[in-house]
Amino acid sequence: MGMARRAPTSARALTSSRRPLTILSMNQGPLLEVEKLRKYFPVTSGVFSRVSGHVRAVEEVSFSINPGETFGLVGESGCGKTTTGRMILRLLEPTAGSARFEGEDLFALPPEQMRAMRRKLQIVFQDPYASLNPRMTVGAAVAEAFHAHNVGAPRDRMDMAAALLEKVGLGADSLRRYPHEFSGGQRQRVGIARALALHPRLIVLDEPVSALDVSIQAQVINLLLSLQREYGMAYLLISHDLGLVEHLCDRVAVMYLGRIMEIAPADVLYRSFVHPYTEALLSATPVPDPSAKTKGAALKGEAPSAMNPPPGCVFNTRCPLAKAECSQVIPPLTSRGPDHLAACIVR
Amino acid sequence: MTGDFALRLGCILTAGFIVMALLAPVAAPYSPAAQDLYHGLDAPSAAHPFGQDRLGRDIMSRVIHGARVSLLVGFATVAVSLIAGTALGAAAGYAGGRVDSVIMRLCDVFLAFPGILLAVALMAAMGPGLSNVIIALSLMGWTGYARLARGQALTLRERDYIAAARALGVAPGRIIARHLLPNMAAPLLVEATFGVAAAIVGEAGLSFLGLGAQPPTPSWGAMLAEGREFLLVAPHVTLFPGLAIMLVTLGVNFLGDGLRDWLDPKTPGQRG
Repeated sequence: MGMARRAPTSARALTSSRRPLTILSMNQGPLLEVEKLRKYFPVTSGVFSRVSGHVRAVEEVSFSINPGETFGLVGESGCGKTTTGRMILRLLEPTAGSARFEGEDLFALPPEQMRAMRRKLQIVFQDPYASLNPRMTVGAAVAEAFHAHNVGAPRDRMDMAAALLEKVGLGADSLRRYPHEFSGGQRQRVGIARALALHPRLIVLDEPVSALDVSIQAQVINLLLSLQREYGMAYLLISHDLGLVEHLCDRVAVMYLGRIMEIAPADVLYRSFVHPYTEALLSATPVPDPSAKTKGAALKGEAPSAMNPPPGCVFNTRCPLAKAECSQVIPPLTSRGPDHLAACIVR
Repeated sequence: MTGDFALRLGCILTAGFIVMALLAPVAAPYSPAAQDLYHGLDAPSAAHPFGQDRLGRDIMSRVIHGARVSLLVGFATVAVSLIAGTALGAAAGYAGGRVDSVIMRLCDVFLAFPGILLAVALMAAMGPGLSNVIIALSLMGWTGYARLARGQALTLRERDYIAAARALGVAPGRIIARHLLPNMAAPLLVEATFGVAAAIVGEAGLSFLGLGAQPPTPSWGAMLAEGREFLLVAPHVTLFPGLAIMLVTLGVNFLGDGLRDWLDPKTPGQRG
């Protein structure tokens, strides 16, 4: 928790450079279009493993990502943001919904075509200790990408891996070393090199720096930014760190209990948010000014169980503005300005 | 400390028996089949330190040669059952769903039989002989490795590095070979060591019942069976092969115990 509280400060200390959204790419249509994505995890109980309920991890999630942009997915832990990211990569099979990537529905692709598609979609994991095989050299881990897609001649693959490792700031001598010989930040660089190996169009960054020391976070973020400038891929940044998201993202979606509460361009969201949950999240973010007063009410209590979400608006049990009808109607996402959607019937 | 001691003692005993088996033709003072009917059941003497059996064969030479049979069956059985069990278990755990159900139900069927009874039944069906002993004991032994490998695969498949490999598009077979198996090797190795001891005892049991190695092949279990009739008049006939079985089993079990302690803090499960 302590790390998360300090993170926004370090993120702001970085060279603040939100790139102008590439206007050109807007004409080509979105890179990824997620529509009504849903994931229910069955909960079994009893001797015969009867399905006694479902954890509604992701419910009716829709958003799109443009080529070359950084899209943020923020929310508390357990809100379904990681599940959403993993479904897009088909590391988890969705319960319902679709995800069109460059016009093709990822969930409808037969295994062999999906395997080919994986060149364009990659992921960087949160925990750099768990995301590298402890019994595989760093070079082999990166070169595995080339092997899987038959890129380059087998004898050149280690050299290609070395070039990539150098690109992310690791010496060529790291090639033959094992993950335990590296620090957390260095391992995360290996993870980035592996994700970069096949020149993907989209990289899902699943809390890419939250497991790292604050001093290392800034370095890794800067690396991600410079790689994006060089290769022009889009990022889907999954994070609970609003400061980081504000710094990196072009557009942001706020998730709560499996649903999207608000989507807006980053600068709009942080200045003229609509949803009370967004407000609560932003007011909970510490500001590096001890005399500043916290605006709005801090969230009380825990998020309800996703196994038994409250009826109507899922946020109504903790919302300071909740009215009687909030527990009856599921609020739809409605337009609140250009490129700005929010799901609230009170505001 | 105790683990270290067990490992050393286990290594020494096991290595001793392996060397003995390899050098049997040189180390044994007599041919294991050479009969000397005038001196049947003679007690241990300077010329025959372990004594002679009913046909006057040198028991020491037969115990030394018997190590070959025991270790061959022990290692071959473990090799077959370890490879088959690990492959099936890892596939079941990694794939899950129907593959898992089919493999594990098959496993349950084998486990439902009392171990040695299944082996006896199989031997009765296939006929005696050393290769059939290995087949029977392997059919009996693979389930342990399969269950262990499945459990390992179930925990390992949730690791991010497996997800990363899947996201890269690495084929399932390669994920099992490169990511799963190397990370589950330690507990399987320990289990395999105990498996060697179990297979040696299994072979002795089957040979004692006359279902294993056939005469004149010197097998410790068969030697026990032959000596049984003379237990009161010539206890040395059963004593030495019995001691050999005990010592090799003890050595291999110590080795397994020591290996487990030695590998434990370094297994990924503990470290992660």
